[in-house]
Amino acid sequence: MSVLDLRERQRVDLSEVARSLAVPGLGVLLFAAVLTGLTSGAANLATGDVVSVLWKFVTGRGAADPVAHAIILEIRMPRVLLGGMIGATLAVSGAVLQALFRNPLAEPSIIGVSAGAGAAAVTMIVLGTAFGAMGTIILYALPVAAFAGGFIATMIVVAIARVNGQTPMTTILLSGIAVAALGGAIMGLMMFISNDEQLRSITFWMLGSLGGATWTTILPAIAIMSVILLAMPMLMHKLNLMLLGEREATSLGLNVDRFKYLCVALVAAGVGAAVAVSGTIGFVGIVIPHLLRMLVGPDHRILLPASALGGAALLLWADVVARTLAPPAELPIGVLTALLGAPFFLWLLRRAAREGTSW
Amino acid sequence: MVILSARNVDVLLGSRQVLTGASMEVRPGELVAVLGPNGAGKSTFLNVLSGEQKTQSGDVRVGADELQHLSPASLACKRALMPQKASLSFPFKVRDVVAMGRDPFRASVDAASNKNAVDWALQETDILHLAGRVYTQLSGGEQQRVQLARVLAQVWRKTDEEPRFLLLDEPTSSLDLAHQHSVLHLAGRLAEKGVGVVAVVHDLNLAALYATRVVILSNGCVVAAGVPEDVLQPSLIADVFNLSVHRVEDPDSGRKLIVPTGNHRRSASVIAIRRAL
Repeated sequence: MSVLDLRERQRVDLSEVARSLAVPGLGVLLFAAVLTGLTSGAANLATGDVVSVLWKFVTGRGAADPVAHAIILEIRMPRVLLGGMIGATLAVSGAVLQALFRNPLAEPSIIGVSAGAGAAAVTMIVLGTAFGAMGTIILYALPVAAFAGGFIATMIVVAIARVNGQTPMTTILLSGIAVAALGGAIMGLMMFISNDEQLRSITFWMLGSLGGATWTTILPAIAIMSVILLAMPMLMHKLNLMLLGEREATSLGLNVDRFKYLCVALVAAGVGAAVAVSGTIGFVGIVIPHLLRMLVGPDHRILLPASALGGAALLLWADVVARTLAPPAELPIGVLTALLGAPFFLWLLRRAAREGTSW
Repeated sequence: MVILSARNVDVLLGSRQVLTGASMEVRPGELVAVLGPNGAGKSTFLNVLSGEQKTQSGDVRVGADELQHLSPASLACKRALMPQKASLSFPFKVRDVVAMGRDPFRASVDAASNKNAVDWALQETDILHLAGRVYTQLSGGEQQRVQLARVLAQVWRKTDEEPRFLLLDEPTSSLDLAHQHSVLHLAGRLAEKGVGVVAVVHDLNLAALYATRVVILSNGCVVAAGVPEDVLQPSLIADVFNLSVHRVEDPDSGRKLIVPTGNHRRSASVIAIRRAL
């Protein structure tokens, strides 16, 4: 056996190891993020307090400090749950779209959902407050408007892209760009006519935040996001076929056009719900699936669950940093995900390029 | 017997008439070679037979069923198509690519049989040693054999009686000489097992050696069909391909082989321009 063969074999074995360890490894990372997320914050709780509160919550027995109980169950639990769900949804959505476009650079915003949600949310902030709808109404109307805006924008993108009963991904891409530009223009217009207070709300919304999560505000969003996560086992084989090529997928029995619609609708709903409750959190959707593809390969049977775990873990760790860096102030989480992720991603790209194994 | 057939098919792509009144049929047990110059409509014809290409008029059936009324999923259990160009650019393992050929049978066939099918396909296409390699790092010819193995896995059955069809669009275009022959030989053996095989090939001698029938397309029309020995006449080849050839007999086997004479016939249009000048 030549040296080259030996190296080839070791390489294959290493990738097998990465494949088998990725999901449990990411699970541990996520578990640690959840515990840290419940423990740290403006009021620092001991891990023991967290454990005893959780123990009481699960079993109904034992004693727990009432303050810790309230902080964990009413403030931190919804926040951690929301963060995990958003991270998982964004990453899985990115992986799904990258497979549909057969391009590892696709990201959730490519189908116009973020721009549509953004335009609707900003319009709501400016016009809603102008018409005197303040406080609680805007609190509930804003996510509803953002979700509807994102979903409708995506449906417009897909409808425009449909030609002769077929929907080529390149036309979806182009009409997505056009609709995103339109959404950007609406946002710009709204910012232009907004007052200082509204502009500040808009800025905070656009930077993204998990703050203010309460059970009542997050439950609808979590229900919607869980659809795409629960659909993963149904999608993963078909996404693999899509990577072979649309013709190959068709001859292997996949109704390609219907599958595209299903995926785009799932992504639009999931990402729309995420953006509606947290504002725009970029970067997770493109980087996590891309990064994990380098680690575990393109097979969606592993890539999808790994992306869900990885996306959740990344967002929760980013949120921990956002909350603990300068308490009681919180950094916008969208800023942090990009701040943490971009340099790491660039380093990975450089390394992959040097080894000649780009994506 | 279940027959895959296309009758009087017209196909219009954009404003171009690609197929005009084209007909052919494939029976289980046959290896049909589709021949013809570039742009004659061979690939389109194969796509029509696979049910992927809609037709303007005509009748395409497998058994009694019209293809356009069958779902993609049920079509996938009746035929496999290997396109001319593969577009996979993601680093799957070779075994995983071949295993995708079993996707239509993931629910209906047990996992052990599906694995047998993949092993058999890897073996038959001579790529067992590549099973653990990454597809995107293989040579063009190796990739082509992986794609062939994928469609082989798709037509694998526990029993040979089940009718199914294998459509191969230029399966030998990137292969070395030995593998070109082993692929056609393999196609012939599959036909003997009861698969109806249609292969687009360019090498007339490959067709002459292995095909049970040949169909010749020119400008979207079927101009000849039948047993290779009868159809592959120098006069027809000269007309269809604009190439003058001899037919010679192989001294060992007695088979007729086609050898270009090297006297290149100018195409009619060039001659017309010369005359005009």
